[in-house]
Amino acid sequence: MSAPQQPRARIRFERVSVEFPSKAGPLRVVDDVSYEIGEREFVSVIGPSGCGKTTMLNIVAGFMRPSSGSVLLDDRPIAGPGPDRGVIFQEYGVFPWLTVRQNIEFGLKLAASRVPPGEHEEVCRRYMQLMGLAEFADAWPRMLSGGMRQRLALARAYAVRPEFLLMDEPFGALDAQTRSAMQDLLLEVLQAEDKTVMLITHSVEEAVYLSSRIIVMTARPTRIREIIRVPFGYPREESLHEKPEFGELRSHIRELVMKEYAAQARQTLRNTD
Amino acid sequence: MPILRRIALILAPWALVVLAWYAIAYSGLINPALVPTPGQVAARFWQLLFHARLPADIWMSTQRVFLGVLLGIVFAVPVGFVLGWYRTVRGFVDPLINFFRALPPIALIPLVIVYFGVGELAKIVILFYASFFSGVIVMYEGIAQINPIYVRVARTLGASDGEIFRKVIVPLTVPHMLTALRVSLGVAWATLVASELIAAQQGLGALIQNASSFFRLDIIYVGIICIGFIALAMDLLLRAAARRLLAWQERIA
Ligand SMILES: Nc1ncnc2c1ncn2[C@@H]1O[C@H](COP(=O)(O)OP(=O)(O)OP(=O)(O)O)[C@@H](O)[C@H]1O
Ligand SMILES: [Mg+2]
Repeated sequence: MSAPQQPRARIRFERVSVEFPSKAGPLRVVDDVSYEIGEREFVSVIGPSGCGKTTMLNIVAGFMRPSSGSVLLDDRPIAGPGPDRGVIFQEYGVFPWLTVRQNIEFGLKLAASRVPPGEHEEVCRRYMQLMGLAEFADAWPRMLSGGMRQRLALARAYAVRPEFLLMDEPFGALDAQTRSAMQDLLLEVLQAEDKTVMLITHSVEEAVYLSSRIIVMTARPTRIREIIRVPFGYPREESLHEKPEFGELRSHIRELVMKEYAAQARQTLRNTD
Repeated sequence: MPILRRIALILAPWALVVLAWYAIAYSGLINPALVPTPGQVAARFWQLLFHARLPADIWMSTQRVFLGVLLGIVFAVPVGFVLGWYRTVRGFVDPLINFFRALPPIALIPLVIVYFGVGELAKIVILFYASFFSGVIVMYEGIAQINPIYVRVARTLGASDGEIFRKVIVPLTVPHMLTALRVSLGVAWATLVASELIAAQQGLGALIQNASSFFRLDIIYVGIICIGFIALAMDLLLRAAARRLLAWQERIA
């Protein structure tokens, strides 16, 4: 692969630190972290549990601010949450009181919607089709399986045409088959519509398969351990999992990650003593 | 066939109660003068219904309960909402609410008479008191349990504060409002007799008290059973409404 050209930075972490107040004084969670996520990049963030991944995602989503440093979106500070950044939460957050169709329409019908009313029906139908939910248009979420709820959350986020997708362990609760199907579906959808993606995951396999770059974080207070460029182009196919280069990269990252998980575990044990 | 079975299953426990009642009445264990039989009570019910003021009593009591619960809920919903939504406010107000809720309305009657007289207002105040404090607790405990993720999701989809209130918080509040209403209605019927201790001429509570001064046990039974059945009918109605309104919920309590 030729030296990849650095795309325009869209999300930029500049010397970001986050501290939470705790009984034993301020708890430093994110420690002076800087990185960029470029236009149309798919960046995965991987690191031990409790290191501060969700915290970083929450800052980009606009739910909180760093204690010091700044996170810039297209070179501007983030004022709050907005429909330009679609967030997929680990618990999905599908609205139980709305049907599948109404869930997807929710964002379309808000005052801030950028989708003209004439297109709502079409947009809604398209994403139900794409996510395999068309037959369940009028079903309540309680009738859906976990994988279907996940797809509904994706459809709902997509419908408002976000430029960014921020995903927090979106496939963590799914079984292996559904998970793999959802990964392919995600890649397929991204192929059709360019988006800049930040994905948090614990799965090295998933990170390598989906991402253009992977950021490995250290134990808390988290710093960047290593940033790895994934040398495979898109579209990607299942057979990629079998390639020796894939395996090598996976082993390398797994080793890094294992060390950090062990460090975090030691730290947690020490703190509970 | 299954519908017959269902009806049988619904009627069975009632039949059992009536049978047990007959058994006690005829067993001789208790002085028969103290236990009218179900047949006697039914006959008395029939007579009161067509030849006395029972319909007026039922109407009066229902009206009072309605008014008391209506007022109680009108205040309980917004107050419960604020307490449920703002944790810090709840911390301060919660002990106060539990203090007032624990007071039996009957103990307040002398004070109510002093401040509100012996008219209709006094009775409504008692019922309001009972339904407000029971409703407000159900309401705020329900609201406090609303998962904040829905608000976050709505924000990321671009919802304004007003839209979040209308499109997320209101639909999530409805089930708790309905539960609060059911609880308040139950408590109000339970408090009715106490409220009608205050110089009531009419109402099921008044009927029971008059009967008790003349030792008319059959009439007392009629009054009690009427209260039970009206409360049950209202609860069934509310539950049916909830089932339609809350079809999205996993289960209806
Ligand atoms: N609001 C908060 N107040 C205090 N501490 C917090 C808060 N949010 C997070 N933390 C702490 O910050 C640390 C990082 O949390 P975060 O949720 O970002 O971890 P994570 O990397 O997403 O973990 P996981 O992989 O388990 O989801 C944790 O130790 C957590 O206890
Ligand atoms: Mg997390």
